[in-house]
Amino acid sequence: MDWSQSLRLIAPEETLSIAGLILLLVAAWGGDKASRLISILTVAALVAAGIMVSPALCGATMGPDASAFFGQFHADAFASYAKVLIYISAAASLVIAPVFFERFNAMRAEYPILVLFAALGMGIMVSAGDLLTLYIGLEMNSLAAYVLAAFLRNDGRSAEAGLKYFVLGALASGILLFGMSLTYGFTGTTSFSGINAALAGGLSHGALFGIVFMLAGLAFKVSAVPFHMWTPDVYEGAPTPVTMFFATAPKVAAMGLMMRVLLDAFSDQAAAWQQIVLFLALASIVVGALGAIGQTNIKRLMAYSSINNVGFILVGLAVATPQGASAMLFYLAIYIAMSLGGFAVILMLKDEDGNYVEHIPSYAGLSRTRPGLALGLAMIMFSLAGIPPLFGFWGKFLVFKAAVDGGMIALAALGFAASVIGAFYYLKVVKIIYFDEPADVVKGESDIWHKLILVISCVVISPLGFFLTKWLGGLTDTAATALFHAL
Amino acid sequence: MIGIEHYVVVSSILFVLGVLGIFLNRKNVIVILMAIELILLAVNINLVAFSAFLHDLTGQIFAMFVLTVAAGEAAVGLAILVIYFRGRGTIAVDDVNRMKG
Repeated sequence: MDWSQSLRLIAPEETLSIAGLILLLVAAWGGDKASRLISILTVAALVAAGIMVSPALCGATMGPDASAFFGQFHADAFASYAKVLIYISAAASLVIAPVFFERFNAMRAEYPILVLFAALGMGIMVSAGDLLTLYIGLEMNSLAAYVLAAFLRNDGRSAEAGLKYFVLGALASGILLFGMSLTYGFTGTTSFSGINAALAGGLSHGALFGIVFMLAGLAFKVSAVPFHMWTPDVYEGAPTPVTMFFATAPKVAAMGLMMRVLLDAFSDQAAAWQQIVLFLALASIVVGALGAIGQTNIKRLMAYSSINNVGFILVGLAVATPQGASAMLFYLAIYIAMSLGGFAVILMLKDEDGNYVEHIPSYAGLSRTRPGLALGLAMIMFSLAGIPPLFGFWGKFLVFKAAVDGGMIALAALGFAASVIGAFYYLKVVKIIYFDEPADVVKGESDIWHKLILVISCVVISPLGFFLTKWLGGLTDTAATALFHAL
Repeated sequence: MIGIEHYVVVSSILFVLGVLGIFLNRKNVIVILMAIELILLAVNINLVAFSAFLHDLTGQIFAMFVLTVAAGEAAVGLAILVIYFRGRGTIAVDDVNRMKG
């Protein structure tokens, strides 16, 4: 382990941070006129970083080869898989943004840079091998995200979303940090491998408190019930491209972080945290499904849908096996595709004057005015509900299969029953756009980038997606193996 | 003799006060920012006390990082509060309710 090796392993992070700093200078001198150039360069930096992480993923790098800075940072296949998903989501929320912000005269040069720094922080989160790295990555992501939520400065809802996100996010960081300080005190180290070794002799009460506090903080970040109350408000109030970003990349990062902490640092204490994760998973599935039923705002609906999906992903974590971890990673990839497509549709639903229509009953008759858009929305809704020919079904299937193989048949049965409740509100949207009396509100033209993202995500979630199962399954298996061999 | 448990008790009390300060406070968002700082300082007491107790420097370095990040967090929080106040003309907690459901 030497420094040059470490510096080589963090090449994607170096690229992103140097690109971010240079672009910040470009923004300072070029002003908002340079925002388009900065967006393009940011996407280029994200693509470059994505190319840099792919060798570790394809070459199944894991263990000591991938550990940089004395185990503080793991650039292994697991981190690379999560980073690819994060960079894709970040790039997608950059290319769809200019059309949205130009309508409000708010396309500022800071937007791509904030997204870039948030993506950098998330990359550090999923690579963390030490509580300190974890905290720095998390805050780097969070501080950029608070500003992004309040990005439409003149819109009251956006400012309120930023304020709520800030207060609850800072509280979550505080709780997480308190848990980390207890864990440090009762194990004497902050590195994940050190914690794992220190707890080999058994779990003290102090360390147990540490686990519980850390789990509460992480549950906030993934918006699992009972720490989900900020999600609908922030999703509704934040500008739609930002909501798209929040619904995708931070979910991958926080879920990856949770897997690192629980399956690396506390892997031998599964009995202590499995019950908690089990509760988080079931409560998220049920509350996400029930809460969505009465919603009339599409962004709030997507918020409850993300809570619901997080519950399904956590089922894979509760199993605590490599198979469960692999299923989670697979589900995350499908979830990203569905969310990106869903928000691309939301960005295309405009009335005659170009105002964004978020009120679901106004979508009545969409199948006549915009048949292609209606088909895309219907596919995404069916896929989110997990209805078989679509790819969303496969993610749920893998997660429940891991639960059954792991001996948690009751969990799988309860989750299955709850997913039926969830199907209700997805199908309600489909009913409105296809069968209700036309309201003919949605008109207006769509941008080419929005169409492109919608088409790509629809191809992925269509039955054609099943051709990907072998390839993607191989990648997720590699990533899960790397996670279990990180120490 | 003041032992490690005294420090942990003090920091736990401060932590609980901070959390209560966020949830019970109905008046002013500034008080929430102060409560967040209180939570972070409780964590710092914990880290430094454990660091001295364990004869291990990691905790003190961690505390320095927490202090730095707390400063950044307060700056971002106040900036968001300023744009919120500009739009609404109030920072009372009860008025932060344009979105519900």
